[in-house]
Amino acid sequence: MLKNITENIVWRRFRKNQLAVYGGTVVIALFIVAMAAPFIVPYDPSAIDVASILRPPSFMHPLGTDDLGRDVLSRMMWGARISLAVGFVAVGIATILGVILGALAGYYRSWLESLIMRFADIMLAIPSFFLILTVIAFIGPSMWNIMVVIGVTSWMGVARLVRAEFLSLAEREFVLAAKSIGANNARIMLRHILPNALSPVYVYFILGIAGAILLESALSFLGLGVQPPVPSWGNILASGRENMEIAWWLVTFPGVAIFVTCLSYYLLGEGIREALDPKIK
Amino acid sequence: MLRYLSKKALELVPTFFGITLISFFLIHLTPGRPTDIMSELNPKMTPEARLRLEKYYGLDKPIIVQYGKWLSRLITCDFGESFSQDKRLVWDKIKERLPITVLINVIALILIFLIAIPIGVQCARRPNSLYDNITTIMVFMGLAIPTFWLALILQLVFGVYLGWLPISGIKSLGYEGLSIAGKLFDSAGHLILPILIATFGGLAGLSRYMRSNMLEVLHQEYIMTARAKGLSETVVIYKHALRNALLPVITILGLSIPGLIGGSVIFETIFAIPGMGQLSYMAVMTRDYPLIMALLVIDAFLVLLGNFLADIGYALADPRIRVR
Repeated sequence: MLKNITENIVWRRFRKNQLAVYGGTVVIALFIVAMAAPFIVPYDPSAIDVASILRPPSFMHPLGTDDLGRDVLSRMMWGARISLAVGFVAVGIATILGVILGALAGYYRSWLESLIMRFADIMLAIPSFFLILTVIAFIGPSMWNIMVVIGVTSWMGVARLVRAEFLSLAEREFVLAAKSIGANNARIMLRHILPNALSPVYVYFILGIAGAILLESALSFLGLGVQPPVPSWGNILASGRENMEIAWWLVTFPGVAIFVTCLSYYLLGEGIREALDPKIK
Repeated sequence: MLRYLSKKALELVPTFFGITLISFFLIHLTPGRPTDIMSELNPKMTPEARLRLEKYYGLDKPIIVQYGKWLSRLITCDFGESFSQDKRLVWDKIKERLPITVLINVIALILIFLIAIPIGVQCARRPNSLYDNITTIMVFMGLAIPTFWLALILQLVFGVYLGWLPISGIKSLGYEGLSIAGKLFDSAGHLILPILIATFGGLAGLSRYMRSNMLEVLHQEYIMTARAKGLSETVVIYKHALRNALLPVITILGLSIPGLIGGSVIFETIFAIPGMGQLSYMAVMTRDYPLIMALLVIDAFLVLLGNFLADIGYALADPRIRVR
């Protein structure tokens, strides 16, 4: 009952924020495109067509073709799949790691907390972009490597959030009540505290996806992103740079796609954050 | 005050060693050795020659020994010799590249603070107004644009089409022949776009943070008191509210440095600026272990320095922290 009421308040506050609603709509639309990509792409995204190289946008190819005659629209749709997958998996890894470490630190306290939080401080002081660049250059830029490396270098924010939530929630009466009826630690952490500690994590997750998409594109620019011929928005953009002066569509569309997507994720995440935050009216 | 700061400074020492430990092991244990690249390029490389090479660089010893050796040299600020062909001292390579990167990022950081704080304050005064919505979109646009894309577009527009600004490097061809004013003007022209790019990415985070702090402060009771006393809105906002809203912003100083360092790699590559970012990229691509380690350590040192400065600022601004 109480839960429903708070959910309603949050939803109402969220709906009032027009920017966040627009962001959410774009995010859902893109998700559908990415899921449906194999069925709706007009051309095979990796089909080379030497007869139509670097064609500007036309009826046949709405977003033009690239230097190998591949249809840019199809590549972009497929790229949505790859880019979103990189974002979701990378941030998913970071979030799971962060939740586990933050929960352990906040619940068990003492030396475990010092150890985990000091480790987080250390990781935060190492410039992550340079670290990610280094590790990926060494182990090779496969899609899995990129997801995992981004994931294991960006859990610190979540860990801090979750720890803070656990610290305050562990003192509350309902936790004491659970303890008094003999619930074990794992049950208290998973069933009682965790569900109440997750709301800042959702926001982090959504903002993180935008960050990961941008990170992949920056890595692509340096030649260390998802490797062609697999299309990601980052590598379509990076490889379009070679023909930038004669084929504007190669750098414009993927750039706009990344830009609009990330903007939407940021607006959505920010909207949810404000809707969840009781301190901001 | 002094006790508080020395305690904070002491806390940084184990963090610093933790950083060196993690970086060293991560870099040396990740598959892909510097000798791999050297042997790939050289068809005459025999296994024996490879071993000799590894021995020459000290890579044949156990990693603990390598780390100990590296650490003992670090204490005297000796980062060793670069693995690259020129075999120069790592510190010499870094010394000539540090100033330009620090200059660009310090200017960018100052601009970020000068622009983002007023934006955040204004947004918080009228939340969800047209002004708030437009600036929100603007700052998020800055965050959502891939840095290199924006850099390329600006380079194309201002450098190629309009021809107003130089597209790369830090000096024009006839630099040596210019007067002092001319030299200054020339350097400034070269630095405008990189500084713009470095500033752009940092604006969103800080202005949003400022906005939410200010919103929080404005809802507190002492603000109502100040208004009830009949103080003008300007005094309420800029004297009573801003001071408290600014406090948490100080901590951003340390946190924004890693982002600036990451951004440097991108814009220095695009604008061909001979700084730390470009050096980092080259070091990574050639697996120059000593150089990578030195760069990581110096970057981490800058981050910790930023955190420490933020602690000092915090203690100066908030007396409660000093006595704690």
